[in-house]
Amino acid sequence: MIDSIVHLFDKYHLVAAFAVIGLAMYVAYWISNNLTRGKLHGSAIAIILGLILAYVGGISTGGSKGLSDVTLFSGLGLMGGGMLRDLAIIATAYGVNLKEIRQTGFRGVIALFVGVLISFIAGAGVAIAFGYTDPVDITTIGAGAVTYIVGPVTGATLGASSEVVALSIAAGLVKSILTMVATPMTARLIGLDNPRSAMIFGGLIGTTSGVAAGLAATDARLVPYGAMTATFYTGLGILLAPTVLFLAVRAVM
Amino acid sequence: MVIYGVALLAGCMMAGLVIGDMLGEILNIDSNLGGVGIAMLLLIFITGVLKERGKMADSTSSGINFWNAMYIPIVVAMAASQNVAAAFSGGMVALVAGVLAVVLGLALVPILTGKRPETALDDAADDAIRLPRPPSRPARQYWTAAVTRHRPPTPHPPIASKEAAS
Repeated sequence: MIDSIVHLFDKYHLVAAFAVIGLAMYVAYWISNNLTRGKLHGSAIAIILGLILAYVGGISTGGSKGLSDVTLFSGLGLMGGGMLRDLAIIATAYGVNLKEIRQTGFRGVIALFVGVLISFIAGAGVAIAFGYTDPVDITTIGAGAVTYIVGPVTGATLGASSEVVALSIAAGLVKSILTMVATPMTARLIGLDNPRSAMIFGGLIGTTSGVAAGLAATDARLVPYGAMTATFYTGLGILLAPTVLFLAVRAVM
Repeated sequence: MVIYGVALLAGCMMAGLVIGDMLGEILNIDSNLGGVGIAMLLLIFITGVLKERGKMADSTSSGINFWNAMYIPIVVAMAASQNVAAAFSGGMVALVAGVLAVVLGLALVPILTGKRPETALDDAADDAIRLPRPPSRPARQYWTAAVTRHRPPTPHPPIASKEAAS
């Protein structure tokens, strides 16, 4: 009986995921309305709930895809994977104010470069502080602090050891997850309430999943503006980290 | 037809990804450079032209709006399939590096945004922001309306609280 139910959930995994996420959203909005009186946004609670479940799933299965490694919830991987996520992000652009994007465009580009640079320096600085001296290791960890994709790509290009690559992925994951949680909490403090600052936020933080979830939890209407700049971030990081930034690290060390 | 909207969205996505891939190849990086952003611009531009010519039917819009509305649930599914366990087991280097990158990034947002003096910009921002209403607001209004509607005339606390709970 239970076996056949698990089998069904596995076979119809995407449909099951819709139902599971719908239920999670209901619970999250109920908590938001009744326990926090709407002060903490329902989507923020839903995302935090998702992260907690992902942690539990990762610990219990030892897999790398959070709760979606549990057979019963395998559809979450497809529903929350890159394909549907990007489709939904693009759909949020429908009805966006093009004037705003044009006006902030230049600052957005500056934010992109500053964002990649500042994250890289933060990661590389921490690596040096923890005693790493090899420029390859320092660059790879710095690249990991840019995003968890830039880290391994840079590490592979430069020939870093697999421990250092794993470390760089972990740094990028910490950044992404912290962005999801910290953005709604600091939004008012940093003036993240208009399209302009959302675009600059997207350029400075850049990690797509973090920006996507962080803005969704803050105010869903800001998502397209932040996503617009963030989508260039990983590419820019992969462009700069193994080349210019690596040369800079080697010159300094 | 609804599928026209979905197809338009999907077509913009694929076109954007192809352009992003070509940009990546030109710059010799192993990644898609801004494909999603290019797709967003394409969608904004094409739907703008279609609306101007009055060729954007409501059903076409709803094909796009459905995916727009699915955004937050999809992000929640994404959060649930993150490798959170690995992030916590990466050790202090990973933790400090990640935290520092976020803190510095967030701190720079107000500096790069600058002050917001132009009223025109604020108006534009307001326009953009007011168009689609947040989903939580009507729900809350309905909720409070339901409570106030039910409480005064019917003095049944269990029913009222049950109403509030749903």
